Amino acid sequence: MIDVRGVHRGFGGRVALAGIDAHVRERECVAIVGPSGCGKTTLLRCLNALEPIDQGSVEVAGFSLHPGVAAPAKVRALRESVGMVFQELHLFPHLTALDNVALAPRVVMRRSRAEAEARAHELLARVGLGDRGSSYPHQLSGGQKQRVAIARALAMPLRVLLLDEPTSALDPALREEVRSVLRLLARESALTMILVTHEERLAAELADRVWRMNAGQIVAQGTPREVLTSLP
Amino acid sequence: MRLLASVLAILAWMATAKAVRADALADVRACGELAWGGDLQGGEPYVFEDPADPSRLEGFEVDVADALARRMGLARARFHQVEWSNLVPALERGDFDIALNGLEDTPERRARLRLSRPYFAYREVLAVRRGSPYRSLDELRGRRVAALNQSRALDLLRSYPVDPVLYEGQQEPYFDLQQGRIDAVLFDHVVADRYGCPLSGVECLPGEVARGVYVVGLRPGDATLAAAVDDAIAGLIADGELRRILSRWHLWDDGQAAIASSSAPQHAPDAPRRRLDRAQVVLFAEGAAVTVLISALAFAIAMPLGLLLATVRVTAGPFARAAATTYVEVLRGTPVLLQLYLLYFGLAPVLKLGAMTAATVGLGLNYAAYEAEVYRGALLGLPRGQVEAAAALGLTPSQALRHVTLPQAMRAALPAVTNDLVSLLKDSSLVSVLTVVELTKRMTIAAVELRSWLGPGLLCAALYFAMSFPLSRLSRRLEARLAP
Repeated sequence: MIDVRGVHRGFGGRVALAGIDAHVRERECVAIVGPSGCGKTTLLRCLNALEPIDQGSVEVAGFSLHPGVAAPAKVRALRESVGMVFQELHLFPHLTALDNVALAPRVVMRRSRAEAEARAHELLARVGLGDRGSSYPHQLSGGQKQRVAIARALAMPLRVLLLDEPTSALDPALREEVRSVLRLLARESALTMILVTHEERLAAELADRVWRMNAGQIVAQGTPREVLTSLP
Repeated sequence: MRLLASVLAILAWMATAKAVRADALADVRACGELAWGGDLQGGEPYVFEDPADPSRLEGFEVDVADALARRMGLARARFHQVEWSNLVPALERGDFDIALNGLEDTPERRARLRLSRPYFAYREVLAVRRGSPYRSLDELRGRRVAALNQSRALDLLRSYPVDPVLYEGQQEPYFDLQQGRIDAVLFDHVVADRYGCPLSGVECLPGEVARGVYVVGLRPGDATLAAAVDDAIAGLIADGELRRILSRWHLWDDGQAAIASSSAPQHAPDAPRRRLDRAQVVLFAEGAAVTVLISALAFAIAMPLGLLLATVRVTAGPFARAAATTYVEVLRGTPVLLQLYLLYFGLAPVLKLGAMTAATVGLGLNYAAYEAEVYRGALLGLPRGQVEAAAALGLTPSQALRHVTLPQAMRAALPAVTNDLVSLLKDSSLVSVLTVVELTKRMTIAAVELRSWLGPGLLCAALYFAMSFPLSRLSRRLEARLAP
């Protein structure tokens, strides 16, 4: 499903990714762990074409990405299959939770408003927010916003879901809300998931495999028990 | 700004209006020069800059002022520039000793000022478009007829069933007559002969609507100075110097013989004064309605155009971006008054806009440049993540603009935009230069008619406040509501 070969990415003189080689199978859930600034988020952004690559190649959900500027139509088609939940969420503050979720199906997939909203209702219910569709982002708690962001990504016909630190900004009490949604997704959906996290407990709980990154490279990979040193 | 200037003028006038000099002539002699007020915009042959040496003034009134100063034993006459419609208030303020600039003898001025004996006799000449069916003011019932603001011609027009249109200069009305924006022009023959009758398409009708005289205006308390001016004019007439001056400027005609036997008009301070009555208040309300209409229509142009310009500057290619930037910088970098003049008078040969249309479009185009910067700031101020989130969902840049960034930018810009609407409401007073009588213009007209700036000024300020205060409140509420 995802094949990363010799990917390099730098910003000015700073190397963010220094030759990444990795493979993710269909329906697999991979967690990426590592210290801040090691290149986890950059790798995730390269998989969604938000960041171009300098060297190497990426195969994701049937699309190939190479160095240079990709054709906009190809990138948009890729993003219909490869969704992203940002660390900062970036919910649209002028839209209700329901409209945040229904926007892309309506505008990108050209679904009717009724159809898009019905699907958005379904997704909000699935993440436990069936009664908050008319709320604006500023009226929601951190955990609720995170779940709306997940529902918004899921509104597209995804094959791959990329999650960047989905619980890092949350209080411990709210993390559980999000964890339970992610557990459900990992078990019951047909999605391939890549999850960047600092939380080893979350990685252990959800991931089939874990990549440990350092200084732009994957320095260890294997099952959570093999890679996560803090596990008992 | 116009409102502020008006209020300051009112306060300054209040502070100085009661100042009376014990012996004005002694003061003038002590100073050694005669300070006289006039408006260079009146042009040839009154007072104007010498084309060969703009530091020198020319004109028959320059010659008259010099002759008066000489005959009064003074070293020289010194000119003070003042807008013609403010000639009398400026004299009352004490800006100069005498007003000498085509000042006509009218009942209002006799009540307000001390007037000298005449130094020139004029005829009011009616001009129409060539081929026009109108041959007299009576036939111009309901038609638009132009006159100089605060002139005797305007007083005359008000006694006929015509629609008087006020101008501040003498060339513009004839230009508008040619363009078909007005139906006739009534001016002194001095102006008509030079600025109107020679124009193609303009016909000055034979005969005269009225006769009158130019006099020197003085403050009512300056009796000794007035007597000295009268003596000096009498001397000018007696020894033929006035005739030589007028002949030099091709102004001497048979009509001037009458001024030799004329005496100074009697000062009539007890003449009945008009009051700020209900009819005046209704006229003010009409002026306010014009202000609201112009502001609303101009803003209806400025908002969408500003949004379009901002979008182009933020998202379009280099060529379109450069064009939009040029528009914004040029419109912001030049005075709106100049833009209004160019739109109304400058473009008239190719684009004939009515006064209201030109006023609305001119203000709209100017404010669009400012709104564009407000929206551009709001667009650039949005978190980059919003655009990335839209892109990550598969939205095209134009879809992201329409559904994600523009709605947010418009909300963020709303308080500043509302603030600009309040400014526009006040800036709309500038369109009076295009003969539109809005609230500030109505105030200046009423102030002259009522011989008081205080009442009309306060009423005008109250109406502006009534219009702008709710908008200011709305702006503050929006700011509070939209704050993150």
